[in-house]
Amino acid sequence: MNKYKITDNKATRLGFGEALVELGNENPNVVALGADVTGSVKTDLFKKAFPDRFFNIGISEQDMIGVAAGLAIAGKIPFVSAYGEFASGRPFDQIRQSLAYSELPVKICASHCGITVGPDGATHQSLEDMAIMRALPHMVVASPCDYNQTKKMIKASLNLKQPLYMRYFRDNSPVFTNSEDAFQFGKADTLIDGKDITIIACGLQVWEAILAEEILSNEGISVRVINMHTIKPIDVEAIVKSAKETGAIVTAEDHQKHGGLGGAVAEILAQYYPVPQEFVAINDTFGESGVGTELMKKYGIDKDAIVKAVRKVISRKK
Amino acid sequence: MNVDQLSIQELPEIARQLRRDVIKMLMISNSGHSGGPLGAADIFSALYFNILKIDAKNPTWKERDFFFLSAGHYCPIWYASLARKGYIPLTELSTLRKINSRLQGHPAPGHTHGIPGVELASGSLGQGLSVAVGCALGLRLDKSERRVYVFLGDGELNEGQVWESAMTAGHHKVDNLIAIVDRNNCQIDGKTDDVKGLNPLADKWKAFNWNVVECDGNDIEKFRATLKQVQSFKGKPSVVIANTKMGKGVSFMEDDYKWHGVPPNDEQGKKALSELPKTKFNDFIEFDWEK
Repeated sequence: MNKYKITDNKATRLGFGEALVELGNENPNVVALGADVTGSVKTDLFKKAFPDRFFNIGISEQDMIGVAAGLAIAGKIPFVSAYGEFASGRPFDQIRQSLAYSELPVKICASHCGITVGPDGATHQSLEDMAIMRALPHMVVASPCDYNQTKKMIKASLNLKQPLYMRYFRDNSPVFTNSEDAFQFGKADTLIDGKDITIIACGLQVWEAILAEEILSNEGISVRVINMHTIKPIDVEAIVKSAKETGAIVTAEDHQKHGGLGGAVAEILAQYYPVPQEFVAINDTFGESGVGTELMKKYGIDKDAIVKAVRKVISRKK
Repeated sequence: MNVDQLSIQELPEIARQLRRDVIKMLMISNSGHSGGPLGAADIFSALYFNILKIDAKNPTWKERDFFFLSAGHYCPIWYASLARKGYIPLTELSTLRKINSRLQGHPAPGHTHGIPGVELASGSLGQGLSVAVGCALGLRLDKSERRVYVFLGDGELNEGQVWESAMTAGHHKVDNLIAIVDRNNCQIDGKTDDVKGLNPLADKWKAFNWNVVECDGNDIEKFRATLKQVQSFKGKPSVVIANTKMGKGVSFMEDDYKWHGVPPNDEQGKKALSELPKTKFNDFIEFDWEK
């Protein structure tokens, strides 16, 4: 019997669009910027509600980052949104200099992240964004697991003093967290407790981890599941505690194996409490067109891949 | 001596002092850009001592105008202007590019490890105009009368982002924004015409729906008058293409792109200072050989 129930099936990007409108109502300084794809990334909701506070910068993401920096200097609270690849890779140097080095609290809301964006193919599948954003000083990097958490994350971002890179997804996905649950950047959620192994996941892989736990618990394996929604600053305490108590870690993410959540967790384990770790992630390759769920299976980031990785990491335990 | 606003008659003297400051800063740091900063001294003297509504004692004054330096490598002339204005002690100018200094080789904002009066990092070229456009849009939302000024080098106009933001500003009719292009026709590899030609430059800006004015950027009064004139232009952003000479004021540096990114050595520095007589504002440091 699954410990979490699906209460709805909604896209994280919709959670962003709706929460942004709520923030707009609460704070007149909230402004939003788009780069032409406002319908897909759901900033059209904000545009409709606050036409004067929405700026369509057109297909020029580098300019959009700079314009957002200027709005922040003028005392506004800017949220920019684009597809993940064009919100991170395309304007990397602008984010580095005009936001991170300049320490300006702009929120980069990256929709359509990961391989699950699907049919658009590899050009549109941002699989390196957490690695490059995480490398920048001052950046906060986060990825919510469902619609409810996306809304909470957007609300909580209002008072962040640092720039934020927040990655979420296009497709509808299970809603399983409670809209009343507390949310804090940098504080991981332990969703299921266990003692043999810990799965640390982010984004859509959190649900896959919950499904994997169900399979594994039927085999008598006691699995802890952690939703590491903030990749930077990462919850060191939660990682070290799990390493000590369960002795093995599997990380799961819709991102390259290099430099993402798995890399971030490995950095902590290596420094504080080394235990065996297996990486469920895209294995140093570009994606291709297909349906999100098919791609998750083919590229080895679904529940079955997590189950396999758990069995392997347990076999490596001393 | 720190100074606030100056009369038009006094501006040439502060411009000469800023040039002396730049030469001395670069001699001490033995690193940094000579040509651009010297050529832009007249522009900075007009902006910082006559045009900008700012308060050095209150760098984040709620009614201040904004100034962004998109071409970060011009910072020696900016730091000298900010120091003369009183944002930082004059003696701090001798720390340019040194370890533990706030005077970074390319500017960092005052709220990080840079100096007050600087609100954005620059150095990677082509980013400042976008930020200026955003700032101007923010002020417009507040129905503020404050203005935004941004300084660009002409070589910097090679960057695509400049034209992205030029298009944005034209589209949004951001008329509380004034861009200043330092048209010295030089970039580090050579003449702009040889590296990647910019002409017809005024036509390019016009085609992006800007109000375009050209003037002599080394004639302080003309430049000041041009700024005053475009301040009241409505319905479009304005760009002042300020024709300058790289290295202006130092005969052996003038119009020579080889002086883009290098400092004068001691001998060259002495010669340069001899061509720029001392002013009533006093140098921030007196070298032993001057005593």
